[in-house]
Amino acid sequence: MQFGSIRYNTDTPELLFRYGMNWEFFFQYIIAGITYGTIYAVVAIGFNIIYNATGIINFAQGEFVMIGGMTAVTFSHFMPLPFAIASAVLVTMITGGVIEILFIRWLYKPSVIRMIIITIGLSILIREMSMHIWGESVRALPYFTGTSVSSINLGGVYISPQVVWVVGISAIAVVCLNFFFSYTLLGRQMRACSANRDAARLCGINAGNMVTLSFMLSAAIGALAGCVVSPITYVQYDSGTPLAIKGFTVAILGGLGNSMAAVGAGMILGVLESFSIWIMPAAYKDAISITILLLILFLRPSGIFGSAEVSRLKEF
Amino acid sequence: MKAVRFLVAVLVLVALSSAPAFAADTIKVGAILAVTGPASFLGAPEAKTLEMLVEEQNKKGGIKGKKIELIIKDTAASPEKAFSFAKQLIDEEKVFAIIGPSTSGETMKIKNVAEEGKTILLSCAAAEVIVNPVAKYVFKTPQKDSHAIIRIFEQMKKMNISKIGVLSSNTGFGNAGKAQIEKLSPEHGITILVNEVYDKAASDLTAEVTKLKAANAQAIVNWSIEPAQSIVIKNARQIGLKIPIFQSHGFGNIKYVEAAGEAAEGVIFPAGRLLIADTLTKSHPQKSVLSKYKKDYETKFKEDASTFGGHAYDAFIILMNAIEKAGTDKEAVRGAIENMKGVVGTGGVFNFSAEDHNGLDINAFEMLTVKNGKFVVLTDTKK
Repeated sequence: MQFGSIRYNTDTPELLFRYGMNWEFFFQYIIAGITYGTIYAVVAIGFNIIYNATGIINFAQGEFVMIGGMTAVTFSHFMPLPFAIASAVLVTMITGGVIEILFIRWLYKPSVIRMIIITIGLSILIREMSMHIWGESVRALPYFTGTSVSSINLGGVYISPQVVWVVGISAIAVVCLNFFFSYTLLGRQMRACSANRDAARLCGINAGNMVTLSFMLSAAIGALAGCVVSPITYVQYDSGTPLAIKGFTVAILGGLGNSMAAVGAGMILGVLESFSIWIMPAAYKDAISITILLLILFLRPSGIFGSAEVSRLKEF
Repeated sequence: MKAVRFLVAVLVLVALSSAPAFAADTIKVGAILAVTGPASFLGAPEAKTLEMLVEEQNKKGGIKGKKIELIIKDTAASPEKAFSFAKQLIDEEKVFAIIGPSTSGETMKIKNVAEEGKTILLSCAAAEVIVNPVAKYVFKTPQKDSHAIIRIFEQMKKMNISKIGVLSSNTGFGNAGKAQIEKLSPEHGITILVNEVYDKAASDLTAEVTKLKAANAQAIVNWSIEPAQSIVIKNARQIGLKIPIFQSHGFGNIKYVEAAGEAAEGVIFPAGRLLIADTLTKSHPQKSVLSKYKKDYETKFKEDASTFGGHAYDAFIILMNAIEKAGTDKEAVRGAIENMKGVVGTGGVFNFSAEDHNGLDINAFEMLTVKNGKFVVLTDTKK
């Protein structure tokens, strides 16, 4: 008897077990889903930061992730891993700031569509430049703890220590960001700029600087993501775009601008993708995520966790 | 009347005799390669190899008194780009022959373009469908994927493996390999328990390998050329799956071993002999070709030579050999390739015929494995 491409025994009564499954594998799929989910979520957070400060989507976000991973790999040849990552985050942060100052800052009231085109252009530019700097080969940082084969065994369910790193660092990043945006003056100023730039200006906030800062912050988060996921996913000059597509999906799914929601949405998408592989041929994995995205856009355009009222006030 | 006739005759003569004058005194060779993009580890060494060989050939004074003009087009592994470049090279540049494309998907896209344009195509891609059915103008230099699969199945028989899980990427190479595995497995007594396709840009495959684990497969066969082949072995080992892992000949790039680290240890795959050129005995027919190519490439580009660059090397020497023999007439050169026997390349010894546009036999493959981060010949100590 065959379902999809898995053979299973029809004599076993329970549904779960019918697909050649037991609880061990059930949790293994959950772990796989969480791995996918955190990778998506940490990329999605970068989208949200710039969106929060400017109301625009930065389509070059995936490239920040790539630059972070690439520079960290380069630096890791000269210095210990933590310093390499810190320097990579710093370099990407400066890159983010420079990009904003060169290409975004002097635009007078840019429309959403113009910003989309500019950021897509930037992403192509960064990708091509990276190819000339680093060449076309695949790189990766070493595993932070253990090696590529080590895993933590939780009663038959295996989890790579790097996944724990990704989950942990993303969690810390989200908490810190939430604190920053809710309780610090700078964070609130950035949010004010997003809500109404003119009013923020009247209150004495330097709106231009806030936008630069948001680019730097999201570049830094992107770079950090690039560093922690690179042992799992590898990094290549063009590996930013596929990550950005998934990250964008998750940002929309959760509700744009909400980093906590991005984590939730990332987990939902990751686990759904992982379970889709269990039941259906793996080739349908991406069809699942796109279907979910479309459903959300039709049924809840403001995202699973988003508020319709808030999104009505936004330009995009 | 006579005068008019004479005039026309003169004009025709002038037109005819001036035609060769228009022909450039170079031989244009087009190359459609995935220099950048996901298959860049194929295309980049291929492009470098061709540049090196053309430079060398032109230093020697070219071929048949003509210099070679190499036109490289970068497709970034996009079949659509390969298609328009093929049109451009054939219709506008009027190239003598085309080397490439790097990937099977791209080659299949332009197989008919080359055929209709009556232009020799020497593909650097592996899939069997490129030369089966045979197209008059289309040849390929990498070993056949069916041979790779037969070698893998024979190895499995030695290791008492009969139930396997198959993973492949959604590319031309992955699809062709998957189809051949499905076709050849019954006659070798191999049962496929799980047969999964993943996206070529996949960044983690834990769920896919979990499915293999749940199905109790005795071995994994992965068929892809992307970084995914490192990800597969890493994820399999991470979830505690300790069964043997077989890869395609696409694994023959030490960078993948470096990327996968410890997880790459013990991976078994068929490959050409370039990777183990140093360990070949002096009497091996390929020894001198392999050593020379490896040395030239590595001193010039300061990076390891790969079997993929070797495919371009083979394509180039086959073309040069044929031109040397048959001159600069396209049809004659095509015929010369088809009748070529015993030409030693990096991939093996080529013996072409009208039915076989690949020219390599199953012995072109050697079974290799990874030991201490290096490629070594698989010795038959039972597991």
